[in-house]
Amino acid sequence: MNGFFTIILQDLKLAIRNGGSTITLLTFYISIGVIMPIAIGPDKQLLAALSPSIVWIAALLSTLLGLERLFVADHEDGTLLVFTHADISMPAIALAKLVAHWLITALPLILATPILAVMLFMDWPTFTAIILALLLGSPALIALGGVGAAIAVTLKRGGVIAPILIMPLAIPVLIFGISATNSIAGPGASNAALLFLSAFSLLTLAFAPFAIALALRTAAE
Amino acid sequence: MTQTQTTPTKQPSWFSRLAHPGVYLSWSAHLVVPLIVLTIVTFGIGLWYAFFNSPPDYQMGETVRIMYIHVPNAWLSQMVYAIMAVSAVGSLVWRHPLADVSMKAAAPLGAAFTAVALFTGALWGRPTWGTFWEWDGRMTSTLILFLMYIGLVALWSTFNDQSKGARTIAVFTLVGAINIPIIKFSVDWWNTLHQPSIISTEGLSMPASIATPLLVMMLAFTLLFFTLHMVAMRSEILRRRANNLERRHIAQQMEAKQ
Repeated sequence: MNGFFTIILQDLKLAIRNGGSTITLLTFYISIGVIMPIAIGPDKQLLAALSPSIVWIAALLSTLLGLERLFVADHEDGTLLVFTHADISMPAIALAKLVAHWLITALPLILATPILAVMLFMDWPTFTAIILALLLGSPALIALGGVGAAIAVTLKRGGVIAPILIMPLAIPVLIFGISATNSIAGPGASNAALLFLSAFSLLTLAFAPFAIALALRTAAE
Repeated sequence: MTQTQTTPTKQPSWFSRLAHPGVYLSWSAHLVVPLIVLTIVTFGIGLWYAFFNSPPDYQMGETVRIMYIHVPNAWLSQMVYAIMAVSAVGSLVWRHPLADVSMKAAAPLGAAFTAVALFTGALWGRPTWGTFWEWDGRMTSTLILFLMYIGLVALWSTFNDQSKGARTIAVFTLVGAINIPIIKFSVDWWNTLHQPSIISTEGLSMPASIATPLLVMMLAFTLLFFTLHMVAMRSEILRRRANNLERRHIAQQMEAKQ
């Protein structure tokens, strides 16, 4: 259990000291919020109606973009090989990497969502609903993304392939996420979609570490 | 290298003997031609039924005949993924080279059958529903399945070392297999949320005159898949052997130069 938190802490330290990548990701996230109104037009009502969808698309694309580096550095400097001989099991290491990655990429995105909310004229109930839905749905995005990153880790041309593979699998997150946001904020509130979203997150978190461990072990061979 | 002592190994089971790539090549060689003949004959019967011996539908008219191509392909689009998932288990659990080959050979075939299902669906939709495309639950999930096949084909092409790639791809194939029912469910949910179902593909009460050609055509397309799959597996095994020979040849040349 000690190693589990060590890996999380180490990844957090690396992210803080290297800085860069989280800022880049946030800039990308907010840029989508900037180009969407330019593409759609500055119509307040239209933007407000589309805002949950825009935020979810921005979150999905940013998460996929952030995937690339998840395991590549560990593969290049041989850390993966060390991991295969570690005291704690490979799935536990994979879970630790996922937790760290969520803290480095997904959490800052969720914290930056108020900026998007202002730009898209989101009303207060929608805003609280989308924060809740993002909190519950982002673990699934990170977990599925981790599988994609682990599969693409040895590939020289792996940069584009992981998002292509993960996009179809992430469709349930998108559907339940947007549906949850609309159903909480809208009239006749029901939390069925939110429950499905949580269930999907829990399910992916349960099997993703094992899939990642299998892929990483093959990569380290 | 010291001589390893020969341990009394237990006799391999009939299945693992048949699944040895070399043995597979020899016994499948006898099956290819009969399978091709059987496929052609079944297609002949099926097409004859479909075009000349079945009535036009009282609502859809002659366009109902598109169904005899469309439904078998839609069925194969899912069956092929199931075969890939079973092969993926074989590849991960037993590290069996034949399972790798089966998985690799099935991916482009699945993509092709799914593409034909989508294309004929669009052709069928135009005269009956008045539109080439509708974001209907079943169509959407077939389209997503098609994207997954394309992703898998692309993934195979990025790996230089095919046997190492196989295990990684098997992981993804299984993750996809777990996800497909969830995607299907979520798409149905999304569809009912966004639009009331105006189209119903249900309720095709099927008299025997239509069911017979449909079943024969499904059998024909399934046979077509097994024929193509077998041929693709054989050529994949041979391709790997040719690559190995080439590599050995180059290595020998390099040695001779030194």
